[in-house]
Amino acid sequence: MNKTFRDTDMQAVIGWILRLGVLLSMSIIFIGGIIYLYRHGQVTADYHTFKGVPDFVHNTRGILNGIITFRGRAIIQAGIILLIATPIIRVIFSAIGFILEKDYLYIGITILVLLIIMASMLSGHAG
Amino acid sequence: MSVIVLTLILFIGSYFAGLLGSLTGLGGGFVIIPLLTLVLHVDIHYAIGASLVSVIATSSGSAAAYVKEGITNIRLGMFLEIATTAGAMVGALIAVYIPTNFIAILFGIILITSAIMSLRKKAEQINQEKNLLAEKLKLNSSFPTANGPVNYSVKNVGGGFFMMLFAGVISGLLGIGSGALKVLAMDTIMRIPFKVSTTTSNFMIGVTAAASAVVYLQRGYIDPGLSMPVAIGVLLGALSGSKILVHTNSSGWLRWVFAVVVTFLASQMIYNGFMGKI
Repeated sequence: MNKTFRDTDMQAVIGWILRLGVLLSMSIIFIGGIIYLYRHGQVTADYHTFKGVPDFVHNTRGILNGIITFRGRAIIQAGIILLIATPIIRVIFSAIGFILEKDYLYIGITILVLLIIMASMLSGHAG
Repeated sequence: MSVIVLTLILFIGSYFAGLLGSLTGLGGGFVIIPLLTLVLHVDIHYAIGASLVSVIATSSGSAAAYVKEGITNIRLGMFLEIATTAGAMVGALIAVYIPTNFIAILFGIILITSAIMSLRKKAEQINQEKNLLAEKLKLNSSFPTANGPVNYSVKNVGGGFFMMLFAGVISGLLGIGSGALKVLAMDTIMRIPFKVSTTTSNFMIGVTAAASAVVYLQRGYIDPGLSMPVAIGVLLGALSGSKILVHTNSSGWLRWVFAVVVTFLASQMIYNGFMGKI
């Protein structure tokens, strides 16, 4: 096993990524939340029947547009996407860790997990 | 109800969900979904989306600490994530075709099972038996204790893997972490020490939930207005819970309170499911 990069290093990196991801995404969600409540706080909430989410928070272009124009919900959604991405980024960094350790079995296992998540993403699009 | 009132109720409810969840070892989704559907009459699709977001927030937040301390078995988690992510993807895909009242009934049943599970006595077990598959997969490891690192071996890899598939499907279908099922698989089937199984389960929950969250995101289940107070509330609650946990040793009565509350919520979900009100 490679002595320059060990399991303990990987633990430190993964711990750091998870903490940073949560901290960053929560800050973005909080800022978006303040803007959203300031602009829409008095509106009547309606979640009784399922209609999906508004278009401007449903696709990447809408969200990017929304961030530029300071729309609270678009900023929140960007934070939520970052939050969902945090564990996936963690898996990518585990793969890099196993590559540095030259642990071929676990490089394969990690890539398989990433492929399943990607398949999941694509299947969501299809429906 | 105005947006600001709904946000406040959700924030406070989620805070307590996170607090109770971290003290009892069950996820916050167990309180979030009944709160949204039974009390606030939110459609169960939105509830599943918001719950998944809260699950990822708490899992990532608390896993960070355990991973750094070296308690979590990263290889074991990585290997079992093949099963949980594949299961979660299947669960999220079939959720669309299943009637909502069936989801509510299934949720109630899983809820009661998990509550009973959380009441079990947990004795620390160390298995040293050699297992060929576990050795091939490098799953055997050690965890730190006050008296130095303790080595342990993993049993019945196939059985644990199969149970993880099931835990993944449930997680994807209901929008919960299904931590109780993951711990069951590692604890009872694979004979992994309790401290390792709970922290490794926590570590896996984030990835499992993310695998189904990418599907739900595209289906418009994850609404920013609902997810915002839920994510922030649950994370703050879980953080306070972990602080309390360090200072107290007697969480026994809390488990009972939680089990009773959860059983009550579960029976409500099942009743409403059968009545077709959800």
